[in-house]
Amino acid sequence: MNIETLFYLFAAVTVYAALRVITARNPLHSVLFLVLAFVSCAGIWMLLEAEFLAIALVLVYVGAVMVLFLFVVMMLDINIEQMRIGFLRWLPVGLLLAGLIGVQMVWVLGARETSAGMTAVQHAADYSNTKELGRLIYTDYVYPFELAAVLLLLAMVAAIALTLRKRRDAKRQNIGKQIRVTKQDRLRIVSVPSASKSAAAQDVVASDDHAAD
Amino acid sequence: MMEAQILQFFQWFWNLFGLWDWVWGYIGPVWPVIWVVVKIVAIIVPLMLGVAYLTLAERKVLGFMQVRPGPNRVGWWGLMQPIADGVKLLFKEIIAPTGANKFLFIAAPALSLAPALAAWAVIPFDDGLVLANVNAGLLFLLAMTSLGVYGIIIAGWSSNSKYAFLGSLRSAAQIVSYELAMGFALVCVLLVAQSMNLGEIVRGQDNGYGLLGWYFIPLLPMFVVYFIAGVAETNRSPFDLAEGESEIVAGFHVEYSGMGFALFFLAEYANMILIAALTVLMFLGGWLPPLDIAPFNRIPGLFWMLGKISVMLFIFLWFRATFPRYRYDQLMRLGWKVFIPLTLVWVVVVAAWMQTPWWLW
Repeated sequence: MNIETLFYLFAAVTVYAALRVITARNPLHSVLFLVLAFVSCAGIWMLLEAEFLAIALVLVYVGAVMVLFLFVVMMLDINIEQMRIGFLRWLPVGLLLAGLIGVQMVWVLGARETSAGMTAVQHAADYSNTKELGRLIYTDYVYPFELAAVLLLLAMVAAIALTLRKRRDAKRQNIGKQIRVTKQDRLRIVSVPSASKSAAAQDVVASDDHAAD
Repeated sequence: MMEAQILQFFQWFWNLFGLWDWVWGYIGPVWPVIWVVVKIVAIIVPLMLGVAYLTLAERKVLGFMQVRPGPNRVGWWGLMQPIADGVKLLFKEIIAPTGANKFLFIAAPALSLAPALAAWAVIPFDDGLVLANVNAGLLFLLAMTSLGVYGIIIAGWSSNSKYAFLGSLRSAAQIVSYELAMGFALVCVLLVAQSMNLGEIVRGQDNGYGLLGWYFIPLLPMFVVYFIAGVAETNRSPFDLAEGESEIVAGFHVEYSGMGFALFFLAEYANMILIAALTVLMFLGGWLPPLDIAPFNRIPGLFWMLGKISVMLFIFLWFRATFPRYRYDQLMRLGWKVFIPLTLVWVVVVAAWMQTPWWLW
């Protein structure tokens, strides 16, 4: 099985999974198909000898982002029938967007600079993709890289600022206070005189014990 | 080299009948695939046996710590107990609950076991004794361990049961939180080793002074954080809130019976052995002997590797016998407010320390 066959295999799986993401009836199935699409994309990148990017895709998108997606989709009560109501009305807009993306992709991928074929440059076995990537990112492309990092940080801070709201009626615990608690704060040792032999007195003691629990 | 010896043996064997050329004509083209499959089997079979006997070891250790004998009826000293358990689970009926998503319900146990096994591909057992010597081995391991959560989430959701669902939500939140601390601990290791290849990481700990060269000394906080986060990642006690018997029955696998349940168990124990192996490789010098002098460095590295893994596994069991289960908010606090700040600071400390002449590793 040569590289080209593998590429077409992964590409077919990716396209099928991507189609099923938008056609699956159950939103949870959509998320799982998206996971499949990511994994087969990682496979394609692996064929291009970009092992760092491929593993990072699995690690970040499949391992963390999609887990949160799955989390949210499972918690939501999505009514599929209601979501299908405006389908025909919005179809032209969707088709227009899809057409735009298609034209852009043909432009980029069809340009002479980028269409050198899909074979990767062969490297020696000790070639470390990660090291090369790190060297490029932190020397030649350090400003765009830092800019992207700052943008992400900004988005993170903004997301927290938008969703954080202090509720006055929320009950919170002070962990430091909890840890500093000593035996004297919680436990009171009472000397109880030994009970009399009458059954009634024993009952009282028994119910007292119960309340202390 | 082992490959050549085995091929030579086969050549000698088939030449006794004068059939070598004929046989090689068939298997020659696919020999690399056969050889990889042989290596995979050589890892998986001992691993599965290890998992089986780890369950026995767990019950025995818990028993001894609680002053009782543990299982001692099946076979001498209870040694056939794991086999008996396996046979029992194999013959049990698999019941899918009403309203369960059948396909995902069946697929979930396999999804939780597969990443646990795939991660073993890059683990070196001795110098050069590894299935795939990958440059980005550490990243591969992080990716594989982060995939295990899918099995648990899907199991909880597809069972159509509230207890299973609660268990899977707890587990997902827990694993995602602790993965960050684990990742930062690994960043420290690759900073010190200057490589993501696990073999290189172990060789970096070999500086002729035995255990003084291992990374657990400069990275002591990371060693502790990594192991505790590993206990949390594998949903082991005291972080086993995903199963919490007293609150949500058995958590995500409450609806599973027979082999489905067995696969979840296999995955949990295979993950435990994996975390123990990783701790050993990255902090405790892998296959290196603790003292680089005569009686110790004569013993093969595989022995040291397996011995160290056993010690770490014993600590897993010791934890279970010792600590009560955490409360969920305490668990989240430990992950986000203690471990992540600590690891972030230690990354900076190590990076600065490595620039000074006091860096001895």
